Amino acid sequence: MTYLRLARKRLIFPSIVLFLSAFFLILPTLTARAAVTIQEVKSEKGITAWLVEDYSVPIIALRFVFDGGSTQDPDGKEGLANLMTGLFDEGAGDLDSDAFQERLDDAGAEMRISEGRDGISGAMRMLAEQKDEALDLLRLAIEKPRFDQAPIDRIRGQILAGITAGERDPNTAAETEWRRAVYGSHPYSRPSEGTKKSLATITADDLRAFHKATFARSGLHIAVVGAIDAKTLQRELDQLFGGLPEKQSLEQVLDADLKLGQQLQVTYDLPQTSIQMAFPGVKRSAPEFYAATLMNEILGGGTFTSRLFEEVREKRGLAYSIDSGLSNLEHASSLIVTTATRADRAIETLAVVRDAIKHTADEGPTEAELAAAKKYLVGAYAINNLDSSGAIASTLIGLQLNGLGIDYMDRRAGLIDSVTLDEVKAVAKRLLSVEPAVMVVGPALTDGSKG
Amino acid sequence: MKPDAHWLRRTVLTLAVVAISVAPTAAETASSEWKVTDFLLSNGMEVVIIPDRRAPIVTHMVWYKVGSADELPGKSGIAHFFEHLMFKATTSHATGEFDRAVAAIGGSNNAFTSYDYTAFHETVAPEALEQMMGFEADRMRNLILNDEVIATERDVVLEERRSRVDSNPDALLEEEVSATLYQNQPYRIPVIGWMQEIEKLNKTDAKLFYDRYYTPNNAVLVVAGDVEPDAVKAMAERTYGKVARGPDLPPRLRPVEPEQNTMRAVTLTDARVNVPSFSTQWVVPSYNTAKPGEAEALDLLAEILGGGSRSRLYQELVVKKGIAASAGASFAGTMLDDTSFSVYGAPRGDASLDQVEEAVKAEVVRIARDGVSADELEKAKNRFVRSMIFARDRQSSMANIYGSTLATGGTVEDVEKWPERIRKATAEDVRAAARYLVPDHATTGYLLPEAQTGN
Repeated sequence: MTYLRLARKRLIFPSIVLFLSAFFLILPTLTARAAVTIQEVKSEKGITAWLVEDYSVPIIALRFVFDGGSTQDPDGKEGLANLMTGLFDEGAGDLDSDAFQERLDDAGAEMRISEGRDGISGAMRMLAEQKDEALDLLRLAIEKPRFDQAPIDRIRGQILAGITAGERDPNTAAETEWRRAVYGSHPYSRPSEGTKKSLATITADDLRAFHKATFARSGLHIAVVGAIDAKTLQRELDQLFGGLPEKQSLEQVLDADLKLGQQLQVTYDLPQTSIQMAFPGVKRSAPEFYAATLMNEILGGGTFTSRLFEEVREKRGLAYSIDSGLSNLEHASSLIVTTATRADRAIETLAVVRDAIKHTADEGPTEAELAAAKKYLVGAYAINNLDSSGAIASTLIGLQLNGLGIDYMDRRAGLIDSVTLDEVKAVAKRLLSVEPAVMVVGPALTDGSKG
Repeated sequence: MKPDAHWLRRTVLTLAVVAISVAPTAAETASSEWKVTDFLLSNGMEVVIIPDRRAPIVTHMVWYKVGSADELPGKSGIAHFFEHLMFKATTSHATGEFDRAVAAIGGSNNAFTSYDYTAFHETVAPEALEQMMGFEADRMRNLILNDEVIATERDVVLEERRSRVDSNPDALLEEEVSATLYQNQPYRIPVIGWMQEIEKLNKTDAKLFYDRYYTPNNAVLVVAGDVEPDAVKAMAERTYGKVARGPDLPPRLRPVEPEQNTMRAVTLTDARVNVPSFSTQWVVPSYNTAKPGEAEALDLLAEILGGGSRSRLYQELVVKKGIAASAGASFAGTMLDDTSFSVYGAPRGDASLDQVEEAVKAEVVRIARDGVSADELEKAKNRFVRSMIFARDRQSSMANIYGSTLATGGTVEDVEKWPERIRKATAEDVRAAARYLVPDHATTGYLLPEAQTGN
């Protein structure tokens, strides 16, 4: 029961907001003393991983991503990817669920496979001295998951209980409505955990087909950090992933056309009104990405010094949490602003937020604000992205997914520093002048001036 | 109280980190690379330095030995509210200057308040450590409190309460379960405070609180990272060392719980709830109040009974009987006074909450009667011991383990010897610990859906 000065707020619409994610936000540069040296390791079978050797703690962290994710759920089988990821420690090869979990526990390893919209991620953290047992189990899980009926039914039952639990919750309703309204018919509009109806149709064969289509070497990204050398890793890579098919077989996913400029409301008698706004974002690969990142940092980013924090919380005490963040899914980019305020001052809060945004759109930031944001983003890299083996491995995967290159960390400060004030002003005007999608959850706004 | 709620999940997670991830033993680290240095400044401030040279980062924390359980009657929330006020202007720095200084070097900073402690922390490059110490030492004594900043920040805290508690049925229930579980101990009062009392907190309350508790002799400095102990010591003397010692505080002796002789039930029915859940809690000793070995046994008991997917509750209720969506147990050991042990569950499919509660109770009775097997015990110990190796992978985890232990009556040695003490626990110790879990003398919270006409 710990109270933070500012907890990163509980997102009412987590499915689209990924800010502070090492994967998608700007990845700052290291200081000259940084100890991270990235090696590219290629196995005999041609499997590539990025490795950071570090023997200071006798552990190894491994991360991988297969492209695809829940966007690949067939129509009517929504929730397939998510259900599958719940089943990798529920039996593989000759080991049933119980035997597999017991072996994993004995091996002293933690394994987690999880579904994202654009990919399936895996993570294993193990003790260096027990890596052989741990990696052997990971290989089995990746290559030969059993998808036995009893675990399928049990995990499905737990997911269904979660869906049932949210059926009368206004925030869950708001999330569903938001997804449909903003993404229209795009796969991002679907619930990644599925629906009661879709889950009921999923069979072991569906799981096997999905596994075969997505767990293949052509869409695989790997990063390893810890007490292991390149030679050993080469061998392990072939062991782990060498038995998988060569090519993924994925359905093409088009870029989403976000429907902004709409007002959404879930009316419910709550002590607070939650507000979420979506503006256009910029693609990770766009030239103006760094300008947009700096602009977002100044508007409502991760420090206690942003404009929105100052106007909404510090000056007026209207809210505990107020943030903005860039969201970069593979096929959709947006800038999201969220806050929660006492219901009787929701209209006032909305006006203050809109004013701060309009001011940023019209005038852009000041030279001093830009200089401070650059210093923050350049300096914050190690702290935000490299504070544990797992965090380093995730960061390396993010660099791979975004095609940023193994030398990105050396170049990043330069990319940020070279952004001009005019570029930030231009991107502020372009993104923030657009009428956003607005969702309001709480009591009806009294004077009818919705959003 | 509902384990799959944001509120409690966060709490359980925090407890697990504190309880499970403790520092390595001397034997495991061997080298002086991880050797922790611990000393007192002449003004009574305790300093703990944890070397971690893997990256040019340092975590700097100041832990004050004051939390919500130290508040005066009628002033609930002052500890947490005061934590917020610590970010306002001082005689040397304007409001926001510290935040801007941290941001300018790409650092991160925040603070948190719990029942027994309040901590302020910054993570920065080692070059900036002394600057952070300077800011932190300055606000230890030089804060300027005026009515205007107090009124605005109080509004922020009220929004925080609405956001984290009043909007959340799980949190509302948990608050009243605690007030029922603890009839006498101050843990019965929520850390954030009761709404009507927060609304009345004022400058006088803040000033009294500040002058009493924010002194070097009531604080622990924890520095973890790429630093040399001698250099840190010199910096600490140049900054914190200049702050005058405050009056000695009396020992933190708070009212203790009477024996519980009843079964207490607290029920919240809410229209937003669609799957019911329950949690049953008992008051048990903490690491600070337990007899030697008892708290370690309670940690192992919680792990074996309901610590994860290999635990008895999960295996019996979720896997074998197939009646639960979730089931588990937890023990919040790092507390100054007697603390809580809880078991919880929620049904899945056609099973009822009653069935789940009965099945949880049956496992509690069984473990108290028959104890645990040698194999279960060994596996639980292994998980705890390796979690300490994993904890070394994150500098802030280490800083939090030492800080929370030292702020709740423990010592550096307690942290370092924890794995040895875990290793020493016997099956009989665990069975004895389970005797605290008397089914008829417990406090249970129920989160229920509103009655519906057909669904």
